[in-house]
Amino acid sequence: MSHIYLDHAATTPLHESVQEQMTSVMQNHFGNPSSIHFFGRDSRKLLDQARTTIAKSINAPFTSLIFTSGGTEANNLAIFGSAYANEQYGRHIITTQIEHHAVLHPCERLESEGFDVTYLPVDETGQVDLNQLKEALRDDTILVTIMSVNNEVGVIQPIQEIGELLEEHQAVFHTDAVQAYGVQQIDVQEMKVDLLTASSHKIYGPKGVGFLYKHEKHHLKQQVFGGEQERKWRSGTENTLAIAGFEQAVKVLMEERESRNTHYQALFNELIAQLEKQEMEFSINGDLNNRVSNIVNISFPKTEVEMFLTNLDLAGIAVSSGSACTAGSIDPSHVLKAMYGEEDERLYNSIRFSFGIHNTLDEMKQVAEKIQPIVERLKSLS
Amino acid sequence: MIYLDNSATTKPHEDVLKTFHTVSSKYFANPSSIHRMGGQVEDLLTKSRQQIADLLGVGSQEVVFTSGGTESNNLAIKGVAEQYKNRGKHIITTQIEHPSVLETCRHLEQMGYEITYLPVNDKGEVSVNDVKEAIRPDTILITIMHVNNEIGSVQPIEKLAEIVEQYPTVLFHVDHVQGFGKITIPYGHKGIDLITISGHKIHGLKGSACLIKKQHISLSPLQHGGAQEDRVRPGTENVANAVSLAKAIRLALEEQKNYHQLQELNQTIREELKNYLQVTINSPKHGAHHILNFSVQNFKPEVLIHAFSDEGVVVSTKSACSSRQNEASHVLKACGKTDEDASAAVRVSMNANQSQDDINAFISAFKKIMSKYEKVMG
Repeated sequence: MSHIYLDHAATTPLHESVQEQMTSVMQNHFGNPSSIHFFGRDSRKLLDQARTTIAKSINAPFTSLIFTSGGTEANNLAIFGSAYANEQYGRHIITTQIEHHAVLHPCERLESEGFDVTYLPVDETGQVDLNQLKEALRDDTILVTIMSVNNEVGVIQPIQEIGELLEEHQAVFHTDAVQAYGVQQIDVQEMKVDLLTASSHKIYGPKGVGFLYKHEKHHLKQQVFGGEQERKWRSGTENTLAIAGFEQAVKVLMEERESRNTHYQALFNELIAQLEKQEMEFSINGDLNNRVSNIVNISFPKTEVEMFLTNLDLAGIAVSSGSACTAGSIDPSHVLKAMYGEEDERLYNSIRFSFGIHNTLDEMKQVAEKIQPIVERLKSLS
Repeated sequence: MIYLDNSATTKPHEDVLKTFHTVSSKYFANPSSIHRMGGQVEDLLTKSRQQIADLLGVGSQEVVFTSGGTESNNLAIKGVAEQYKNRGKHIITTQIEHPSVLETCRHLEQMGYEITYLPVNDKGEVSVNDVKEAIRPDTILITIMHVNNEIGSVQPIEKLAEIVEQYPTVLFHVDHVQGFGKITIPYGHKGIDLITISGHKIHGLKGSACLIKKQHISLSPLQHGGAQEDRVRPGTENVANAVSLAKAIRLALEEQKNYHQLQELNQTIREELKNYLQVTINSPKHGAHHILNFSVQNFKPEVLIHAFSDEGVVVSTKSACSSRQNEASHVLKACGKTDEDASAAVRVSMNANQSQDDINAFISAFKKIMSKYEKVMG
């Protein structure tokens, strides 16, 4: 049985051209970029090229990228790095209740160290209120970290407006753009962000690599100590193979982002149309007018998510209830909780579908057809 | 080109590349996803962990995958320091550690920890007795490298482990990056608590590494996020790298049988270098066979490296992690070398299968360079 993979927000397969690029790099360029001989210089060149391409993709200067081992490390570096670097100006941090755990858990950790963290609520559509942010800002606020696009419901936050609001404030502005990078045009100048996180394996690149963009005016407290790589912001032999793969993924992304969005939107429309055709009861969590094209979170009343996922898996459909990092044990989503409150049944009957470049319209039809009997059966059990 | 800079990084093994290629193309799902595609990938991750554990004779839950040797060293040292700070804030290390250990220790010093940097003798060896005497009631960690990356001196890890075992509140971390696949240490020894192993130094891939963390130890994680790697190391698991690391570790242990042959190669180079009065050999006689460090008087190491390059032979200055600085090697200075020798060091580092031909090529390149040089100097 062939699987229909609709879990691209968890991770994406390697793009074919990324695989080709990595195969060639693997065989021909293995030097340590810090070595001064031929093999080292050769790897350094690859690394510089990748940095150039990727920096350009977010309209940032070459020197502003810090390559990390992934999105989690980049978020940790952004949060711990700026909190410790700016402690003398205050110990207040603002974030939201719907961030990824790679943001929430560092914030909780800082709280246990005596920092004061405000977790902004969101409304039913998953939006942060700018006025609430304004009110939460204090003289001792040193960091505001708000994700660009939520990984569970796909809701877009008004990053540029927040950036403008913070322009006159001392607080460093970080955004976790892991889910945004693949579908939204990112321009760090326009967005007025100081720090921005992106990850390779969410955009058809290899796992184990990501970056933190850092505006040159900001200082971070180093987190990983050792050699002088990444201008000493992140020590360790550069993972040139993964970085070269990442570069290729970005190259293709820049060419295809628009057409991918069109494709994702068509898949979304088709999935919804087919679900309607099956005359199923469902509702979309989030904001139809303010969402990315590739993520949709759908509630199916009177179903139970854990059994639903198991049944879908048996039917060959790979989806999830939320973030893969929290999966394993299915706790109710902290994102839906923030949107609807603790008691809402949508916390227990919602599924995330996230689309990719290889999905077809016909698959959406198959998915709807396979879901229909599952939902009927689960409803009869409830 | 003849590559003699295997301590900086190695050429990945064909089989490792194949493994990486297969896993990354066929098993891309997120192992934390609960669907079957995720489950398959999780199985692969579990198997790699088990394979590494079996090869080393430790428990599978004792293998923590990381992004590299630097991260493993940081995780071991910072992780212990934070987790056990209520026991004490004293750490013992040596003056000749890799920057990823030394810089982490310096950071901890700024955070209020006290670090003892033990000296080494002229052979680059730490004294077991010095270590013993440095242990205090508030000592929580001893971190000592196995094989030194610049000169190849070997520390008496087993003897140290036996001592540390007598102090139940003192943990022992070994940076085994340069020793793995060359010289075995007793991985399962009760006196050794944490071991760093890096993939790209043993013909694996960059970005693949692990930290062996014995079961009785808790580590405060460096990063916070998902619950991966038993909550010690969050972030989507890089399964293709994990599987390729297991492969690289297996191959390295298999090829370790050839390591003894390097003794002769090392000796051949030494015999040749002895013919030149201006050459000082910085590596100890009874160190690891695969690393040979020497200085040539009045020769800037960069110049020598480029001259070798022109002859098709790749060697390096001290460590790649610090080779962009022009300062004297902290390792050689700790061994009591003069500033001149410590700034002029060149390192030859071999892999376990290095051939006699490669070494002959090195020697004839060296002869050529020296005769040119002598002509110029008249």
